Formats: sequence, structure tokens, C-alpha cells
Amino acid sequence: MATTTATPPQHSAGVPRTTKRPSGPFRWVRERIIPIIGMFVLFYMFLPIFVVVAFSFNQPNGRFNYEWVKFSFDAWTNLCGVGGLCESLQLSLVIGLVATLGAVILGTLMAFGIARYRFRGRSGSNLLVFMPMATPEVVMGSSLLTWFVLLAFARGTTTILIAHVMFCLSFVVVTVKARIAGLDPRLEQAAMDLYANERTTFWRVTFPLVLPGIVGASLLAFSLSFDDFIVTNFNSGSTVTFPMFVWGAAQRGTPPQINVVGSLMFLVSLTIVLIAQVVQRRRKKA
Amino acid sequence: MTTAKTGADLRIINTTKRFGDFVAVDDLTLTIPAGSFFALLGPSGCGKTTTLRMVAGLEEPTAGTILIGDEDVTWSKPYKRPVNTVFQSYALFPHLDIYENVAFGLRRRGVKDVSKTVEDMLALTELTGLARRKPQQLSGGQQQRVALARALINQPAVLLLDEPLGALDLKLRRQMQLELKRIQTEVGSTFVHVTHDQEEAMTMADTIAVMNAGRVEQLGAPADLYENPSTTFVANFLGQSNFFDGAVTDRSGDYVSVTVQGRHVSIPSSRVHTQGADVHVGVRPEKLRIRYRDDAQVNDNDNRLEAVVSDSSFIGVSTQYLVDTPWGQELTVFAQNTHRDERLVPGAAVIVTWAPDHTFALDAAQDVDAGVEIDEDAATPDPVGVSS
Amino acid sequence: MSGGAVVATAVEQRDIRSHPSGGGATESKAVGTSKWTPYVLLTPGFLWLALFFIVPTMMLLMFSLYSGSLDQGYAFEFPGNWSTYSAVWEYRAQFFRSFLFAGLSTLFCLALAYPLAYFIAFKSGKWKATLLVLVIAPFFTSFLIRTLAWKTILADDGFVVTFMNWSHITNVLALLHLTETDRVLNTPLAVVLGLTYNFLPFMVLPLYASLDRMDPRLVEAAQDLYSSPWTALRKVTWPLSLPGVVAGTLLTFIPAAGDYINAELLGTTKVSMIGNVIQDQFFVVTDYPTASALSFVLMLTILVLVFFYVRRAGTEQLV
Repeated sequence: MATTTATPPQHSAGVPRTTKRPSGPFRWVRERIIPIIGMFVLFYMFLPIFVVVAFSFNQPNGRFNYEWVKFSFDAWTNLCGVGGLCESLQLSLVIGLVATLGAVILGTLMAFGIARYRFRGRSGSNLLVFMPMATPEVVMGSSLLTWFVLLAFARGTTTILIAHVMFCLSFVVVTVKARIAGLDPRLEQAAMDLYANERTTFWRVTFPLVLPGIVGASLLAFSLSFDDFIVTNFNSGSTVTFPMFVWGAAQRGTPPQINVVGSLMFLVSLTIVLIAQVVQRRRKKA
Repeated sequence: MTTAKTGADLRIINTTKRFGDFVAVDDLTLTIPAGSFFALLGPSGCGKTTTLRMVAGLEEPTAGTILIGDEDVTWSKPYKRPVNTVFQSYALFPHLDIYENVAFGLRRRGVKDVSKTVEDMLALTELTGLARRKPQQLSGGQQQRVALARALINQPAVLLLDEPLGALDLKLRRQMQLELKRIQTEVGSTFVHVTHDQEEAMTMADTIAVMNAGRVEQLGAPADLYENPSTTFVANFLGQSNFFDGAVTDRSGDYVSVTVQGRHVSIPSSRVHTQGADVHVGVRPEKLRIRYRDDAQVNDNDNRLEAVVSDSSFIGVSTQYLVDTPWGQELTVFAQNTHRDERLVPGAAVIVTWAPDHTFALDAAQDVDAGVEIDEDAATPDPVGVSS
Repeated sequence: MSGGAVVATAVEQRDIRSHPSGGGATESKAVGTSKWTPYVLLTPGFLWLALFFIVPTMMLLMFSLYSGSLDQGYAFEFPGNWSTYSAVWEYRAQFFRSFLFAGLSTLFCLALAYPLAYFIAFKSGKWKATLLVLVIAPFFTSFLIRTLAWKTILADDGFVVTFMNWSHITNVLALLHLTETDRVLNTPLAVVLGLTYNFLPFMVLPLYASLDRMDPRLVEAAQDLYSSPWTALRKVTWPLSLPGVVAGTLLTFIPAAGDYINAELLGTTKVSMIGNVIQDQFFVVTDYPTASALSFVLMLTILVLVFFYVRRAGTEQLV
């Protein structure tokens, strides 16, 4: 009877050498290089915001607010103390609201037309809508100006409104169109299967589902209009909107109240977006 | 708009639907009796969903007529037909809660007080307690029941179901199949169920229409279709079949004689579905009896041939054998594992027998591979999202 | 322009994934509408764009051939005042500088935005939505105010510049004519930095949209096939993100080329861009025909550049 005994493995080329987990200072950085750069870029994007907010609490010595002097609440309590600031702010708000209304109405109609129907000139319409987004503001502003001059149309609030509706239109169309395209067509078929005619289907099913896109487009249009400078500058005549006020201030003197408005804008919009996030997250949970 | 009539006959007469050059539904004529559970069965692209949509009013036929009871609905709008649909993807309204989803049809028809009806329907579909949730918050099975409740609550004359169980896992699917059948019996409506799953159709339906390339291949009760198929497509699509080439020698009498590779095969004349001389002789794998050749005792009336086992797979409930005939054809045999014979291994010589009553003969002009299932559910991976 | 274009493109690129259709056309004609409906819906918006975008652009060309002045009035004298186009040659330095600055800032944007977009798309886990909000957030504040803030950050005796002087970075940059030896503000570098800063989200969001659509397991597959992370990036991730790159670079370069705000606020007259010249011609010199000529040539040049760029890049997924 042969006994087989297991022979222990010889220490030869067949035995694996134990290796250590690679380490070292550079390793730690290399593994995290992308988050590090990412966070740095984010910080770079936020740096001016910090400065804007910080300097709203500054009490500058001269006309310009570029150097820190001392802490003060003056700018916040005396917002309209600077001549012309509150008037320009109000004008920008009003123009923003009216332009948004116009752009959203025209743009939503266009979006439905392009997204829902096949017709001749469809790709042409897409191109037309895209062009203002791809044109430098200098060109858009100057072309409108020459047009108004040729028509002997006085530049003022009306021309500003016309210009704003024009360039907001494209963004509204693109935003709403995307929302419509993402809509399941079978939802409308289901509604008709359940005795809703075309009109009822539109108002009870299609429109409520597209509404978030329209709301988003409105916010977009408003911020585009409120913040616009170049096109407005070319077509405003002697009217002063808030961005134009800031531009003038850059030559004349920058009061910290400008920073206050900037900080407020940031806070308000951030709040709106965060609220929207929370609402959306709440909807998804059971 | 007509009031809902529970259980009206649905008649589709010479209906055709063309999309450009493509004929989706080809001169289809079908009568679906009131109160029955009817299945439209076929592979994808066979036209069953298009037919369903024409009945619902979501597609306009290129030609033909559709009647519900005595009412011609061919050109009526969907919201004017006494027909409701359970969609494949459920199509629940995401901006409404379950209660409002289910009540939608009632409200559109002007029903004033919906609460009792809605609550009863929620109870019927076992959704009580979920009334105020949104569709996104429900599981797949629950969403499916909401879609059913939403359609059923309107007491339609015809309820259309477009592959409603496709997205559910196996266990849930089985459960829902029984549920749907129970509800249909209880309510008494006409259900038209579209599916590509033959097991599902056979389980649930009273009558099945097997569709292929826009036409009905065969219509009948599940058992009739399965046991006595009239086309190769049906024979292959429902279950599996073995086919031999044969030549008819004698048509007189109750049994038809056919010669297959020199051997004599008997087939009842009611199961011969062609007048021609050349036939495909078919027999299903589970009807074949396989025995070790040396000690086989064969009933003289049975059809028989000798073969050699080439493969055997133990499935648990049964063993699947692949056997080679002397003329080189491969047959499939399903043997229930009641008395398993260990000698039936690859290389073993065997005798394969079957009763004549289990044979059928089909037109030799038909494609013997028609209806053999290709794996439709194999998804093509799409990593870049390009094709979406 | 604030973050509008960014958000819009990102939205568009995400939802280009149109809904899977089961039976029935996707762009469903609502059952039973007339064939005039699309035209009726489009007309108001179309008219507005035609009247206030297309026509003015053609007016620009026309006006550039007018002669006269603001006081005397303008008129078209046959065969047209082509002398206005001599200004194009006269201001060739500004044209060149505009495209140079725009190109540089686009490259910087790409270099900064790509890691950020990559990070958000693949490595941010549950912070993804928050990070996206943070990317858009700065653009809720007036961009003029933010640009002015750079005057503080890059002030001569500020923290940043002092550090750069101490580490002699400014000396190196001065050799490249990007800065002065002890100053960063009011130099070409400041202008380019300002442009980069302003248009960064226009690059981040389209890139993010493109990267987000990619299956991360492709990188794993590449590594399984002997690629180092860097090779995987070059050979797999980058090619697949090209649509986003093209969209982002266009959305950055085009507005940057016509910008004059950064040059005005952060630069000097020696580093003026063509936008400054155009603005100057309209409002200071009030020579409208020349200004129109310059503006028109700018538009034309950009159109040509974009045309060849898109052709070469090969993607038409912009609209």
C-alpha cells in the first residue's frame, strides 16, 4: 500500500512574494486629483462672490470700493441713499417681468409648434431659434441700434423691452422644447382613451406636465433680462437699468450699495433654487 | 357618446393598416364574442398592438370596419368609444395621485359623485390605502393595478390590455394573470389581451388568435390550437414541434396514410390540414415515447421509428433527449421523469413511438421553421446613449 | 449674458434622449388637428425674431454703406460708402487680439471645466445635484458686479498679487507680455482671466451633460484592457465627450470674441478688443457706418470660423 504524503511547497519561483499596498504622499494626492481640482475650480468660481458679499459690509474711503477700510452696516441700511440706484433697480425689475412675460408666451407657442408637429421649415425654425444664442451681444446690440436709427425710433424703455424679448425668446424655446420632448405621448393617448377630448387633454394633462419647463424658462428669461448689459447699453438711449448703473459706477465711483444688491440677488436666487431642490426631493420620497 | 354596455361583441372586418409601404395589419377579420377573455398572440411586429390601437381609436385604419355591438366605431375619436386601454407602460398621470388617476375617466364623463365608485374599484384591485400616493411612489405591481383600475372603473364594453404584465417579475406576473382572469369572470366584460408570451395567453384566454405578419394564422381555444395546429407557424410558436417530410399515399377512411422515409405513418383525417400530396408531418416532443431498443414492446397501432440518442439533458421535471434518425434528422423528445431509464445515454439505440392521434400534417409549402422563437428579450447594450 | 445659455444647452442635451415610443409616432400629431396649427403657433415668435434679429442684421450691412453723420442724417449714396470697411484693416490689431483672447480664455475654460465636469459626473455621488446648483449659483449675481470684484482680488497690494510678486510668477508672465512686472490688474492677463471666469459655466454644463451620458463602465473596460487611467481618459472618455466639448467651446468663444466689458474693467486702452472699438465708434465717435462695418465683419468672421469648426468637429447636435 503506497502512502502518499503531501510535500510542503518548495520556496521556488512558484511561491508568490507578498507585496505591500502602495503608499506615499504623492499617491494620496494622485488618487484624489480630480476632486481636488474640481473643488479648486468651484472655489475659483465662488471667490468673487465672497468678495462681493464681504465688501457690501465695507465703508470705503474714496469713491471706489476696492480696498477694505472698515466694517459697517451702512450700505445695507441705506440702500437707496445712492442716487439713481433704486430707480435703475426698479426699472430692471419691471423690464424683467414684462420681457419674461412676452418671451414666455411667444416662446412656449413656438416650442409647441416645433416640438409637436412635422412641417416644412422645421429645421429652419430650429436654426433660426439657435442663431441669437450663437451671436455675440455686440453684434446683436449694434444691429438693433442701426435698425432703430433707420426707423427713427427713439431709444428708451420700449426698445430695451423689444431687445430683451428677442434674445430671451430663444432660451425659452429651447428649454420648453426639451421638456415637451421628454413627455411620454402615451399619457395623452391614455387621457383620450379615458374620454378627454383634445382640448381637455391639453389643459388637464399636457399643460400641467410641461409647466415646470415653462417655470424654469421664466426664471431663465428673467435672469437673462435683469442681468443684461451689452444689448441694453446699445439700445437704451438715456434710460438707465441696473447693470448700466453699475457700469457707470465703475467710472464714477462704486458705492458698497452695489455689493448689497449683488449679495441680495445671489441670496434670493440661491434660496429659490434650493427650495426647488427640496420640493423635488420631497416629491420623490414615498 | 354611447353608454357602456358590458360585454358587447367586437367585430373587426377586413381591416388593413399601412404605414407607408409597410403593411402592419393585412385584411384582418375577427369576431370577439361578448364576455370572453380573448388573446391576440404573436411575435413583435406581427400587428397585434396596431390592431389593438385601432380598436381603441388611437390609430386610424387604412381600410375596413370596426363594430362594437351594432355601433360602427371605425372613425370615432377614442374619447367617444366605450373602450378603455391598459397601456404597456401603464401611462399613469404623474401629476395626479392614485385617486385622481382612477377617477379621471369618470370625471371626464361628468359623473358627479365618484368617491364610492373609486373606493370600490380600489378595493377590487387591492389598492386601498394608496389613494393619495403619486404613481412614482408605487411599485411596478401596484402601478399595474392602478392602470387596470383606471380603465375598468368605466365599465367599458371592451377592455384592451397591451402586454400589461411585461414589466413584472415572474412570480408577480403569475399572480396578476390569475387576478386578471378572476376579475374578468367577476365583471363579465370582454377582455382583449395582447401578448407575445404563449404561456400567458394559454393560461388566461378562452380564445386565442395567433397573428403573424398582419394576419391571423389560427383562431381557437388554447387546447385546440396547441394540440391541433393548422400552420407551421402556430405549431412552432406554441410549444415545440418535430417535423418530417412526408408524402400522402391514401386519403380514404378516417385515417390518412403518409409515407415518411419509407416508413408508414397514420394521421387522423381531421388533423390533416392540407389537400396536397406533400406534407409536413408534425408531432410534439412530449408526445413521443422513447424506449431502449432491445426490450421495447410497441403497440402495433402506434407510429414508430428507430433512432440513436445523441444528447440527454436532465431538467428535473423531465429529461430532454435529442435523437438522430437513420436518415440524419434530429428529433427532440421530452420524457417525464416518472420512470427514468439510465440506459438512455448518448449512443444508445432507441425506439421512438407515438399515437397516431397525436400527429398532425401541414401544407409542405409552409416554412418548417416559421414561428421558431428568437430571443426577443435580449437587450442590446447602449453605453453611450447614442441610439436613445 | 448670465448662465442662461449654459442651462439651456445642458437641458437640451439631456433631453435629446426623447421618449421611447411604443406604437404610434413620437412627435405625435395630436389626433385630429389641422395642418395649419404649427404655422399658427410659430408665427408670433417667428415674426418677432424676423423683425428684431434677422432684419437688423441685414440693416447692419446696409448701414455700413451709408454716408453722413448723426447731425446731418444718413443716406445711401450709390455705389455705397465702402471706405467704412477700411476700418477693418485699421483695427486689425484689435480683431486679432479679440480672437486671441477669446481663444486663450476658451482653452483655459476647457482646462478648468473638464476636471470639474468629470468630478460632478462621475465622482460626486450624492452631492451631484448640490454641486450642479453651486456651479450655476454664482451666475445669479450680476456679472458686472462680479467682474468688479476681480479688481479687488487682483489689486496691486492685495493678497494674490503680493504672493505672485514674491514668487516671481509675475516676472515670468511679464516676459510673455502678459503682465507688467509688478502688476496684474490692467494687463492682458487680467482680461483673459476675467473672460475665463465669466464663461466658465458655459463650458462646465455642456461638458457635464455629455459626460453624464457616458457609461462609467467603459473606463473600467479600458483598464481591464491594459490602459492606464490617463490612457483611458485620452482614448475613451475624451472622444465620447466631444459633443459637449464642441458645444462648450462654441458657447464660450463666440460671446468672448465680442466682449468688451472685461477689457474695459480689467484692462487698459492698450489691450482693447474689437468690442471696445465698436462701442467706441457708436457712442463716442458716433460714426455709425464705420461701427456697423466693424460689427458686420466681426459677425461674418465668427460665422465662418464656427462653420469650419463644426464641420471639422463633425457634430451637429447643437440644436
